[in-house]
Amino acid sequence: MLKDITLGQYFPGNTVVHRLDPRTKLLWLLGYIVALFLAKNIWGYALMLGVLITESALAKIKPKTLLSGLKPLIFIVIFTAVVNLFYGTGEPLWQWWILKITAEGIRKAVFMALRIMLLVCGTFLLTYTTSPLQLTDGLERLLGPLKKLRVPVQELAMMMSIALRFIPTLIEETDKIMSAQKARGASFDTGKLSERAKALLPLLVPLFVSAFRRADELATAMECRCYSGGEGRTRMKQLVYRRRDLVTGIVMVLILASAIVLRTV
Amino acid sequence: MDNPIIQLENVSYAYPDAEAPALSGVSLEIARRSFVAVLGHNGSGKSTLAKCLNAIVVPQSGRVLVNGLDTADEDKLLDVRRTVGMVFQNPDNQIVASVVEDDVAFAPENLGVPPTEIRARVDEALRRVGMYGYRLHAPHLLSGGQKQRVAIAGVLAMQPQCIVLDEPTAMLDPVGRREVLSAVRDLRRHSGMTVVLITHHMEECVYADRLIVMEKGRVAMDGAPREVFPRVEELRALGLTVPETVNLLHQLREAGWDLPLDALTVEDCASKIAELIVS
Repeated sequence: MLKDITLGQYFPGNTVVHRLDPRTKLLWLLGYIVALFLAKNIWGYALMLGVLITESALAKIKPKTLLSGLKPLIFIVIFTAVVNLFYGTGEPLWQWWILKITAEGIRKAVFMALRIMLLVCGTFLLTYTTSPLQLTDGLERLLGPLKKLRVPVQELAMMMSIALRFIPTLIEETDKIMSAQKARGASFDTGKLSERAKALLPLLVPLFVSAFRRADELATAMECRCYSGGEGRTRMKQLVYRRRDLVTGIVMVLILASAIVLRTV
Repeated sequence: MDNPIIQLENVSYAYPDAEAPALSGVSLEIARRSFVAVLGHNGSGKSTLAKCLNAIVVPQSGRVLVNGLDTADEDKLLDVRRTVGMVFQNPDNQIVASVVEDDVAFAPENLGVPPTEIRARVDEALRRVGMYGYRLHAPHLLSGGQKQRVAIAGVLAMQPQCIVLDEPTAMLDPVGRREVLSAVRDLRRHSGMTVVLITHHMEECVYADRLIVMEKGRVAMDGAPREVFPRVEELRALGLTVPETVNLLHQLREAGWDLPLDALTVEDCASKIAELIVS
């Protein structure tokens, strides 16, 4: 059951979106979010919807896959929409006690729901098309200038990539410990919530002990391979901006400009 | 011995809170391009000895010289570590990256090697352990023997002069053990690298040039395997078993057959017995 967990799901592929430099994609997401928050009328949202659809078509990610990512968030979307529904001012279309629905309220509710969905889908498109390792790499380079402010960017990126590396190892280990405990009569999926929480304790303690032992051994192994912090490190794989990254950047600037223009329509 | 790669001079070390010292007064020299096996049961100090060789453990008294550099000298730490590479028992806990080739690139990246040279070193190291075809795989999907070979490649990419393997096969199945041992023997044969193999499997020592047996933090026996293994009674007194081949020859001798005790490999042993039967 634990095998199903994937962090920041990644669908390998070889489309132009997959091949873009991770830095470009991160900046694209930033621009996309800004443009999304600039939208305030139907044209603005139509533009962003168009952008998302084009992007997912280029990445060959099926709309169904994209929408399935929204499932856990349905409640938040509906909740936000309902709250906004009652916040409109103007002529009420329907009124009961202090609750009233106005034409503006409906508009707000629809736009808010759309905004959240576009935001989530846009973010998912990034993680769907970029491997966690590339993301870490991209973040490290983008945040590079923060090194001057003594932010340990390389160390943070190293920690993130080690965490990613050990997720499958620790999942495997958890499975093993669970089987061992089950063989001795432990039960993890029956009983009241409090009982289940208690049953987790004999699982977590050995897992923690082993994680600390692993950390200790890994640190020694890293020292043996001459790791001494981020200073003076080089990288085998260099990130290089290509023509497609430039084109993507120009497209984003155009989208941002259109988003601003469409506000005035 | 002229110009040994590693010298230990009267090295002692005790872990905090330990009753007995892990190493007491060990003096050794390890010759360049030699294949040294260090044997001993648990708690004999063999792992501590390994850790002394690249300054993970700095002796409390005595000193360790690597290429003439004292391991206690903090300024020379990186030089010592890039000269003596180390492979550990658990392959999972020494692989850093989520892609095989990225992991192998870790050491040269730390040393600030230019990207194109890193690429060349990584490819060469992976080819030498026969893992080039797996360079884009995720390490957690590999078998134990394959992971351990990746770990060896990770050390090779650093281009050390000596590689120390601390029980590299202890957690592997027989197939994995064979893979790793043949990779280790190839290292010696093709690159003339100094190899120090820490183990408690007798069979793994058969191909070494020199065998050091540790007991209670001291060197109990030291010599070529064909000199050490025939001392069956002494080895047994130290709680060690001899290789199957020596064991067989020893029993045959006790039964009155005139056989030598220094035929260590299965092939040698078989041919010696065959000779006896023919004559």
